[in-house]
Amino acid sequence: MKTINRIFCLCLCLLVTAGLLSSCAQKEEDPNTVVMWHWLTDRQSVLQELADRYKDETGITVKMELFAPTAYSQRIIASAQAKVLPDIYGILDKKQTFASFIDSGYVAELTEEFEKDNGAWEKSLFEKAINVNRFEEGNVYDVKPGIYGVPVDVTNTQMLYNKKLLAKAGIAKAPETMDEFLVAIEALKRVGISGLVSGWGESWMAGAFASNYAFNIMGEEKIMATYKGDVPYTDPDWIKVFRVFQRLSQAGAFIEGIVTKPNKFAEQDFALERAAFAYNGSWCVNVYHNMNPDLEYGVMLPPAVESDYPMLIWGGAGTSFVVNASSEKKQKAIDFLKWFTEKEQQAYFSKETRNLPANKEALASIPEVLEDFAKMMDRTTHPTIWKYNEDHVVSEKFEKGLQSIIIGEKTPEQVAQEVQEAKERVMKRQAR
Amino acid sequence: MNAITKPKFLYSKGFDTFKNFLFTLPAVSIFTIFYILPFYFIFNLSMHEWNGISPTMTFVGLENFAELMGDEIWWKSMWNAAYITLIALTLQNMVAFALALACDRDIRMKKFYRVVFFIPPVLSEVVVGLIWRWILEAGKQGGEYYGLLNYYLHKIGLVSLVNDWLSDPETALSCIAVVHCWKGFGWGFIMLLAGLQTIDKQLYEAARVDGANSWQTFKNVTVPMMVPVILVVVILTVLGSMQVFVLVMSMVGQGLVYHTDVPVLRILSAMDGTKRFGYACAMGVNFGLILIMVSVFFKIISNRMKQA
Repeated sequence: MKTINRIFCLCLCLLVTAGLLSSCAQKEEDPNTVVMWHWLTDRQSVLQELADRYKDETGITVKMELFAPTAYSQRIIASAQAKVLPDIYGILDKKQTFASFIDSGYVAELTEEFEKDNGAWEKSLFEKAINVNRFEEGNVYDVKPGIYGVPVDVTNTQMLYNKKLLAKAGIAKAPETMDEFLVAIEALKRVGISGLVSGWGESWMAGAFASNYAFNIMGEEKIMATYKGDVPYTDPDWIKVFRVFQRLSQAGAFIEGIVTKPNKFAEQDFALERAAFAYNGSWCVNVYHNMNPDLEYGVMLPPAVESDYPMLIWGGAGTSFVVNASSEKKQKAIDFLKWFTEKEQQAYFSKETRNLPANKEALASIPEVLEDFAKMMDRTTHPTIWKYNEDHVVSEKFEKGLQSIIIGEKTPEQVAQEVQEAKERVMKRQAR
Repeated sequence: MNAITKPKFLYSKGFDTFKNFLFTLPAVSIFTIFYILPFYFIFNLSMHEWNGISPTMTFVGLENFAELMGDEIWWKSMWNAAYITLIALTLQNMVAFALALACDRDIRMKKFYRVVFFIPPVLSEVVVGLIWRWILEAGKQGGEYYGLLNYYLHKIGLVSLVNDWLSDPETALSCIAVVHCWKGFGWGFIMLLAGLQTIDKQLYEAARVDGANSWQTFKNVTVPMMVPVILVVVILTVLGSMQVFVLVMSMVGQGLVYHTDVPVLRILSAMDGTKRFGYACAMGVNFGLILIMVSVFFKIISNRMKQA
């Protein structure tokens, strides 16, 4: 019995020692393998195919590692804290977070690479998409000016209309102004068709819709002044923005339950022809195709309220990747991203995933609906390219306020007051 | 051959204590690494302002806790969780107890029922949330409601009850609470059934001989014997219900205004949205302490009832 005990103890000691040694030892890395983390669940097979092609061409293996989109951001932050970021990864967050990653030395600057050969790489991509990854001189985040990420596709968020349902209600063309839109809603209601569906259970979508109207009503300068703290949310122009939601709600323009609807459910509603209009991003082309290949729909800008300022829509880089600044295979990672954004690969990526390519030359072979989305790229704007961004606490109050207006719980004036109070609290905290 | 004599210190009391300490060391180490240290780090973080990425943090002392005390949304979320807990404590546990009592009797297919009642708890919360979202949908297509509940309410003529269940502040939280009960009653059912089966059948026979009717037997035999199990179920229900959040997210996304916000969602929002990790940790510490206090409260009640 004693011998068995001794053998058991010896084995246990060996096991513990081996465990400690192996955890202390550095993992041997293959110099020809680049690791890329992404969250594109619907595009994993296409990415893998491109990685295989790249290996055939160059001998470099790109290991595509897919993570759940819902947990991706947290994973990246946790990996940054533990200093185990991969060679290539994406930052699914606000520009402020992007800046924090750069500031902490987790992101490589790519300006030099983009400028090589007379800026050939930069010129091949949509400027708006590059701008999402660019920090300008004198930016509020104090980041060294330059380009820090590579866009691989572009996107924009617009309104869509179901051609069949509009025809059924006797509407000849897609509405361009708010008055026309409300007339269309009345016509749709008469034939029992719901108006607008969108996934406003994901509150950023309602915020983006409101932001479109803010640009249309007061222009960029005043919006930025508000974010900076110089113009209050109780300003008549902001109340006008809130009133758009009140007007739409009172006209019965929204599908029931819009305020808590996840975008997947909203996409399903539009694909199954339960609503005549949708507010969604260009990624929806692929989603609708998978849900209902026979769906006939067109793309339109959100109906304008004013004519002094243009209606701008959210858009720019859909998916961007950055290179880990401390990666030993930094150049290999950059070379792969360069190859990935070349015309041929982009055309394949776009065709297979029905997403807008980041490379302008690859636009030639995209479906008609996507082309309509692409036409509006000049009208895009995005928080990542704005000079100032609103604090999350204020944005949340703003988006929750929109919900309150839609469900008839609060008036635009009440919401404006509450958002302004939140803004003042945040400014006080920041001043501290 | 000389006999090997062991050194004297091996028989000393000090060595005995050392040996005992040595045996408990693995458990203590694991507990320290996985419980004490994380709690210390969280408490330490709660006294800092940190965005979760930057290598530097700013010490702010108890400022985050002071701010939390005045955070109306946080306390509203706490109230929402308490409301869900209250519904779970009553509705969920009453259903669980009633079904456990039914399955403890000699009824046909009781094994089948045991399996059926335990299906909801083993389902994923996301799946449950999405299925119930589909049932509670409010939209119409071609004049027909496509949400199952509204469809049948309309069909049986209860048109006045048709509602936008998840987007109405009056009903959204109650719907989540009911679904939470549906998902969770199976745990209580299994534990209460196990408890019922440990009650000595002779007690029931004695009560019957003494002329007790069913209600008297239940009141004077079943309930007193079940008190320890009921208290465990109550504590687990409180802890589980206060921490509900996956179900909320899958049913109402990021929430209906602040009417469906629960503490874990607020913590997530502070961490993921505002990137105020310190504030989020202060919320976590505050929430943890409240849960500990609730558990201690029930433990005291349990001990007093046992003594009585």
